[in-house]
Amino acid sequence: MNNLVVLPLIIPIMVGVILVFLRPYIRLQRVISLLTMIGVSGLSIYMLNVIQTDGIIRLDFGGWKPPFGILFVGDSFAVLLVLTASIVTAVCLIYAFSSIGEKHEKMFFYPFVLFLIAGVNGSFLTGDLFNLFVCFELMLLASYALVTLGGEKVQLRESIKYVVINVLASWFFLVALAYLYGTLGTLNMAHISERVAEAGQDPLLTTISIVFLLVFSLKAGLLLFFWLPGSYSVPPTAVAALFGALLTKVGIYALFRMFTLIFYHEPSITHQLIGIMAGVTIILGCMGALAYKDVRLIVSYNVVIAVGFILIGLAIATPTAIEGSIYYIIHDMIAKALLFLLAGAMIKMTGVTKFDQMSGLIRNSPIFGWMFFIVTCSLAGIPPLSGFVGKILVGQSAIEAGSYVLLALAFFSSIVVLYSLLRIFLNAIFGETIISKEDEVPLKKGLLIPVVLLGFGTISLGLGAEALADYVSNAAYTLTNPAVYIEAVLGGDE
Amino acid sequence: MKINDVILRTITRIIVFIILTFGVYLFLSGHNTPGGGFIGGLVLASAIVLLYLTSDIESIRKSLPFDFKLVAALGVLLATGTGFGSILFGVPFMSQTFAYFELPIFGKTELTTVTIFEAGVVLAVVGVVVTIILSMSESEEA
Repeated sequence: MNNLVVLPLIIPIMVGVILVFLRPYIRLQRVISLLTMIGVSGLSIYMLNVIQTDGIIRLDFGGWKPPFGILFVGDSFAVLLVLTASIVTAVCLIYAFSSIGEKHEKMFFYPFVLFLIAGVNGSFLTGDLFNLFVCFELMLLASYALVTLGGEKVQLRESIKYVVINVLASWFFLVALAYLYGTLGTLNMAHISERVAEAGQDPLLTTISIVFLLVFSLKAGLLLFFWLPGSYSVPPTAVAALFGALLTKVGIYALFRMFTLIFYHEPSITHQLIGIMAGVTIILGCMGALAYKDVRLIVSYNVVIAVGFILIGLAIATPTAIEGSIYYIIHDMIAKALLFLLAGAMIKMTGVTKFDQMSGLIRNSPIFGWMFFIVTCSLAGIPPLSGFVGKILVGQSAIEAGSYVLLALAFFSSIVVLYSLLRIFLNAIFGETIISKEDEVPLKKGLLIPVVLLGFGTISLGLGAEALADYVSNAAYTLTNPAVYIEAVLGGDE
Repeated sequence: MKINDVILRTITRIIVFIILTFGVYLFLSGHNTPGGGFIGGLVLASAIVLLYLTSDIESIRKSLPFDFKLVAALGVLLATGTGFGSILFGVPFMSQTFAYFELPIFGKTELTTVTIFEAGVVLAVVGVVVTIILSMSESEEA
């Protein structure tokens, strides 16, 4: 029993509800929501260290022993993601303070962000498959509200697609859960894993696993990402950054959990399929990133490319590959948030969305311009920035496993990412400024601070990869050895 | 056009009390027998919605002057608060406990912490259902 594990879920919910009562006091809402996210981040760092010394921590709700009750399980992988998600949310909140506008803030913007992060954290931490569904729904409901907040025509058009796709995916999720429960008679993830191992993963179970693959692919934007660029490019910048950084990662997390903990017996079918899907995702994502001139769409397609890249690690599924993917997920959460914030700031400064209509932004704000350069390098995987470690580990494991096609695609995608972003950099940021001296709106400090914070984050994550190494290798160890997780959950009371 | 709804109005006056009593019964019996905060809340909300249907929204708003969004929020706070409370006692999150008390009139009564949780669920459900119905009726007027 360790009540710490539930706090990243319950604190944002309770604070969010309290903020509903504080509706007129916007300033107070801002302070409280920011403090909450900083608090949760601090808490996750503490949890991460507890896990290193005491092993995986778990909490049985209401004292109901697994596999009968619902439980939360904190292993390094989950808590690393909780930590990154909380930090990114805190930074996006700072950006929202000076960009989202009072109208949104009065319509419960901060409570919804807190509910969103509660759902995200809950999905990472839960050890029960049905509870995962519930946390997904919590996250999605909050995201429906956030994506439609403001109610502009284009927003409503894209959010209809977003809502319909997600409702459909949730229904598939429920059906898959019913199949699994009908076959194995349990919903506790560790217990499922044990039973799958005992019964052997027969064709029926493999089919069920592919239904789950379909569900989480829809959520993660793996191959089935057709809804993603539209709906991620319409909401206000701070919301888009949160979505781009967090939501697909929850789907990716679920894929990692399912196919390392439960369905790891038939890699020649499931992991092969994931590999093919990842490869196709990268190719299509690259096409998208090169085809458009709208900055927001280019950025959204970059999310898709990253999803493909991360899942290459899962398809190869050696400890090194998983480690590389974990590094890359953490890096991508920070870098994608930064990229979305930069794209939003560019559009705010110039008033146009296509990069070939912008020019010379570096003269208006040098720090801003160089931050864009840093994130470009970071996403392309240039050392010593944060993308490098993940790319090198995934690449290395692809060579060891002999997956040369995936290897080629992975590094081809790096070049496309570099090209698609350098194109923006050269056109929009270098060159003569198009904004005349009179029209020049200096970039507000409130917009620049979060950008610099995240920029600093991606640099320090690259330079400080060594400090993270223990946590990441512990996370990869747990993922590649399901017995560790099962033992922590079902192995009696601590 | 004025709809003749004399029957509906007359019946509602009586039936609302039956529905409300049934809702409270479901809520109280919930944690041991079929029932519970969720369906209790739904039944209570249906009584309130029935009132809104028979009378006009304004007069009901005068007699039930709550912001139902806040009712829902209060409910969630109460429900999560009971879960959170168990952390303060050093037991797992969402633990429950009960005891028997000698109360005047009721005699020996079982009091549980689940009831507080269920009360939160009731408030949340009533708040959400009424808010949904009211927002639909508002958009129709606009």
